[in-house]
Amino acid sequence: MSSAVLVLVETDAHRVTETSLETLTFARDLVKRRDGAQSHALLVGPVDADLRATALSQLADQGVDVVHVAQHDGLSAYSAASWATAVVAAAAASSAAVVLAPGTPRGSEIMAHVAARLDTAMAANVVAVGEVDPLVVSRQVMGGAVLELMRLTGRPAVLTVAGHAVEPASADHSTQPEVNELQMDLLETDLLGRVVRVEASELDDTAALTGARVVIGAGRGAGSANGFDGLLELTRLLGGALGVSRVVTGLGWRPHHEQVGQTGTRITPDIYIACGISGAIQHWAGCQGAKTILAINTDRDAPMVTRAHYAVIGDLHEIVPAVNEELQRRMG
Amino acid sequence: MVNVMVCIKRVPETSGQILLSDDAQSIDARHVGYTLSSHEECAVELAIQIAKATDGESTVLTVGSQDAVEQVRNALAVGCSAAVLVEADPAAYGPADVAQAIAQVVRAREAAGTSYDVILVGNDAADTGDFQVGVRLAYALGRPVLTGISTVEMSGDTAIAKGKGPEGTEVFEIPLPVVIAIQEGGIEPRYPSIPGRMKAKRIPIDTVSSPIEPAGTGRVRLELPPAQPSVVEVLGEGPEAAPAVVELLYRLGVVTK
Ligand SMILES: Cc1cc2nc3c(=O)[nH]c(=O)nc-3n(C[C@H](O)[C@H](O)[C@H](O)COP(=O)(O)OP(=O)(O)OC[C@H]3O[C@@H](n4cnc5c(N)ncnc54)[C@H](O)[C@@H]3O)c2cc1C
Ligand SMILES: Nc1ncnc2c1ncn2[C@@H]1O[C@H](COP(=O)(O)O)[C@@H](O)[C@H]1O
Repeated sequence: MSSAVLVLVETDAHRVTETSLETLTFARDLVKRRDGAQSHALLVGPVDADLRATALSQLADQGVDVVHVAQHDGLSAYSAASWATAVVAAAAASSAAVVLAPGTPRGSEIMAHVAARLDTAMAANVVAVGEVDPLVVSRQVMGGAVLELMRLTGRPAVLTVAGHAVEPASADHSTQPEVNELQMDLLETDLLGRVVRVEASELDDTAALTGARVVIGAGRGAGSANGFDGLLELTRLLGGALGVSRVVTGLGWRPHHEQVGQTGTRITPDIYIACGISGAIQHWAGCQGAKTILAINTDRDAPMVTRAHYAVIGDLHEIVPAVNEELQRRMG
Repeated sequence: MVNVMVCIKRVPETSGQILLSDDAQSIDARHVGYTLSSHEECAVELAIQIAKATDGESTVLTVGSQDAVEQVRNALAVGCSAAVLVEADPAAYGPADVAQAIAQVVRAREAAGTSYDVILVGNDAADTGDFQVGVRLAYALGRPVLTGISTVEMSGDTAIAKGKGPEGTEVFEIPLPVVIAIQEGGIEPRYPSIPGRMKAKRIPIDTVSSPIEPAGTGRVRLELPPAQPSVVEVLGEGPEAAPAVVELLYRLGVVTK
């Protein structure tokens, strides 16, 4: 019997997101290891012609065989339940053995609905596949400090893929995906939990943090709510975003939307300059996706220092202003 | 009057070093103690606020062993007005089992005359991080559900909930009864006072045995990720290291001017 591996693909206004490309890359390995399986992807929601064309070429590059497209009046505003209806319809249309989504807030939420509806187990934040049949996956628990090997016997198996579990990569051979316009019916109840409006607010800055190439991190070492001047100046000079530890938000020194970590934002900058942050596992969960980490800390043995690529030992209130000065001098 | 139930889970404190039990089936937390997910601390606070504002009750519930009484008492000490312990071996319960157990208890209590208009859970538990108990509970009860919510206000029979979305703050208006999974960030949990603790001691904890046979967690075993050898290059000490830092920023292409 033919079977499929189905990926729920997230897009922004223009293209398939980076985390979705990671999930597609992750899924391709699963397809390879399941003889004769097909690779399916699902696009949901208001997908205009430009986005559709870009997404289809990205999915071709990912080696996807079939792309299901769910378009429906009821999908004009997001609701997890209606997105889940699309996933369940695509899973049926593809007789999916495994359904995956990126481990983003929406990906996790939609997959929980899917698993509840199909009465099957779900593994969140998977980083690797052990055995394929029966499926055993390795996933992050304790905010990433521990891995759990989990067996998924239900069909389809439902899972979300942790950010940075794999590097996104193109398939060896690109495909010409077949497009299936998905037929689906939405129920009144699917729409109860839809977004009625989006408010522009300080929370918008979270997006800046998620997408920033440079993040300046600040922890308890900042000392007080008034201890951020140098750090904000460095952030400005580098055109980056400020990210903080929970101690900082907990003490009310900075707003919560700046928090990086397990219960904050997960960041993926080119460089994370972590100042006065100890590097507790819950913080690490949010910053481990940084390409390079530079720690500035008084404690040579702080986990943030030992796990960083580069470090400067000393008081951030002396070091950061000196860096700012040197930067201004060189930038002219 | 809005009656609120808030579901909490006793979890090992994992800010420090983590040890596994000998059989690698659980965390050895004997030396570190137990806590709640910060999401659940916010959910407890919200439950208390909603109940206060509407003259309703706030009931804290956990599915777990007698040890979890510690976490239940803490929730009572900050202002929850009633408590339920669904006695079960938490290690045997997967997220679907927990949701089923809670759903059955809710149904039994509703049949006996106490209904819960709002059921709050954390967005994800700090230990297993399954991201699904709230959603499964909602399906078991046939109620709508929201996740990732940081503030909730009541407006008659509607909950107005807000959470962080990809483009800003998303607003939802959802009819009661409802299940809402709370995320840290919009609400400041309070800490127990001494009189609060005294009062909590006098509130009875309604202990019931689990109404279900658990299907299990699928756990094969836990593993600690391999220790990464430190590769840190110390650029220097104190402000004298500033030129080396700036040099690095240029080398990495972070500064191009
Ligand atoms: C369920 C749960 C979820 C959590 N989620 C998060 C989360 O999302 N994000 C998060 O960050 N935390 C989270 N935490 C909290 C986490 O465990 C830590 O408590 C927190 O990250 C510590 O913050 P910190 O590094 O700023 O403070 P500390 O651990 O106190 O570290 C301060 C560091 O600053 C250094 N320092 C002090 N003064 C100076 C100075 N003048 N110059 C330079 N360095 C200095 C010290 O050497 C130390 O290394 C969570 C905890 C739990 C239990
Ligand atoms: N054993 C339990 N008893 C009561 N509530 C629980 C239990 N396990 C999980 N929950 C609730 O469900 C939320 C999400 O858990 P999870 O889906 O396991 O990540 C938690 O934050 C708790 O509020």
